[in-house]
Amino acid sequence: MIKIAQLSCGTEYSSVQAEVEKAARSVGAKVVYPDVSYADVNNAVKRFGFNPRSPQLKLMIARAVQLADEKYDADAVFITTCFRCAEAALVRNELRRFIQENTRLPVVTYSFTERLKAAQLLTRMEALVTIVTRKDILARERQTGLTAGIDSGSSTTKAMIMENNKIIGKDWTPSGDVVQSATSVLENAMKEAGVEFKQIEAMGVTGYGRFTLGRHFNAKLVQEELTVNSKGAVWLADRQQGEATILDIGGMDNKAITVRDGVPDNFTMGGICAGASGRFLEMTSKRLKIDIEDLGRLADNGDWRNAKMNSYCSVFGIQDLVTTLGEGKSFEDVAAAACHSVAEQVYEQQLQEIDVRHPIIQVGGTSLISGLVTAVGEVLGERPIVPPHSQYIGALGGALLSSGFL
Amino acid sequence: MKIFIDPPNSLILFDLVERFGHEPLGAMAPIQERIDMTEMDMPPMNVTLDDVIKGLKYAGIEVPSGIRGRLALWGPLIEEADAAIIMLDPPFNFGCVGCERSNEMVRYMIRRRGIPSLTVTYPEDEEEAKSVVGQIKEFLEGLK
Repeated sequence: MIKIAQLSCGTEYSSVQAEVEKAARSVGAKVVYPDVSYADVNNAVKRFGFNPRSPQLKLMIARAVQLADEKYDADAVFITTCFRCAEAALVRNELRRFIQENTRLPVVTYSFTERLKAAQLLTRMEALVTIVTRKDILARERQTGLTAGIDSGSSTTKAMIMENNKIIGKDWTPSGDVVQSATSVLENAMKEAGVEFKQIEAMGVTGYGRFTLGRHFNAKLVQEELTVNSKGAVWLADRQQGEATILDIGGMDNKAITVRDGVPDNFTMGGICAGASGRFLEMTSKRLKIDIEDLGRLADNGDWRNAKMNSYCSVFGIQDLVTTLGEGKSFEDVAAAACHSVAEQVYEQQLQEIDVRHPIIQVGGTSLISGLVTAVGEVLGERPIVPPHSQYIGALGGALLSSGFL
Repeated sequence: MKIFIDPPNSLILFDLVERFGHEPLGAMAPIQERIDMTEMDMPPMNVTLDDVIKGLKYAGIEVPSGIRGRLALWGPLIEEADAAIIMLDPPFNFGCVGCERSNEMVRYMIRRRGIPSLTVTYPEDEEEAKSVVGQIKEFLEGLK
């Protein structure tokens, strides 16, 4: 059984420990706690260099040092502390860095509230387990045979057909009924490829609807989107070797993933609210009465500095938008401000939880909004790479990885 | 050499570093730079929203803005420093930035950089004071 070492403060007093363990169990893992002696704690804190006032944070540090020194055996690390605790936030991020510098264990960090439920951790825990248990499949760099991938996302459903490392068919549609949407895009992709379903040798499914689709299509690979998208992104960007950061600003949540040779070793997922997601851009384009495809082009011709829009909430963000339009600002400036607002919030809320590695590969449907890519580049000081077919990363990853079962 | 001092606004440490032939890196320069700006947006020190956002380089969004604002000022200095002197447990009037979390993070960032550093404890009497000054002198002369 996969052992996920938990380094935490406050889970017991926040009524969430059982949820953490439930999430781990549901993906075939168990949560373990590195043993430390009382004497280890002070030495570990001294070595780490940060001396927190809270004793439980000292214990977290001592447990991390046990892992770094290989005195305790674990397969992955889950670092979690209470949301809004400043001392814990400082320790959590530095411990994540310490683990990455001193071990090759995959690690994920999370700040919780008392409302945490196991389902919120499921994808994260699943990704940790995948990285550990499917190393051989994740190491795959070439697709072989004739395979299909389906990405059942919160906003759109995508399908891709690949044959001998080449894309031969693809399609996407706004997500509706999970099975109907997937069937529709798969049929269109097969039509473009000129193949029939019975010829498909293996299928990989990912995204929110993956379990339903996995059963429906009897898919060989049913896998969370963090690892699948990473593989798809590095394949499309031709960056299978070395380091990179993958940024996927999605319709419902955002993912920032650092990879080494195409395999994730740290990731963040989520967002405080829709104000930092593709959904906000959808709402903006609707209010401007333009297609979302045109929003990026408009934004590229505007200046975000001319329009105030930086709310953390999509509802108040739209209020900002209405006010700004009322002041007579141009659509171009408003579009630029909306893109900048999303980019800035992704930077502030998510990219702090990872150490950004270069190059940055921006993927997902929102990477087609050029103004957003420009805004991300401005905020990060480096224009991200947007590979061709960047919205198909999940479907491509599914087709690529499922060929490992042939 | 450039010596970061902690507390960063300690005039005594600033003076000692200068006396022994080095360039002190403390709070004075970044604050001076800000208050000299023609546009005063955020009196009294002109630490602006941009600074607080820049502090995200050193601490995440969950960390309170006051800590990030402080780190935005001291962080670049720590990155620039060749060595550091840390004074533990000083009274407020020796030098203080008012936030223990920021203090601990600053000390951690110095250790993490791995530059030569001297950690001394605030002296309780004259003998200890002489000893501390002696240690600082020896440390700074050893850096030349």
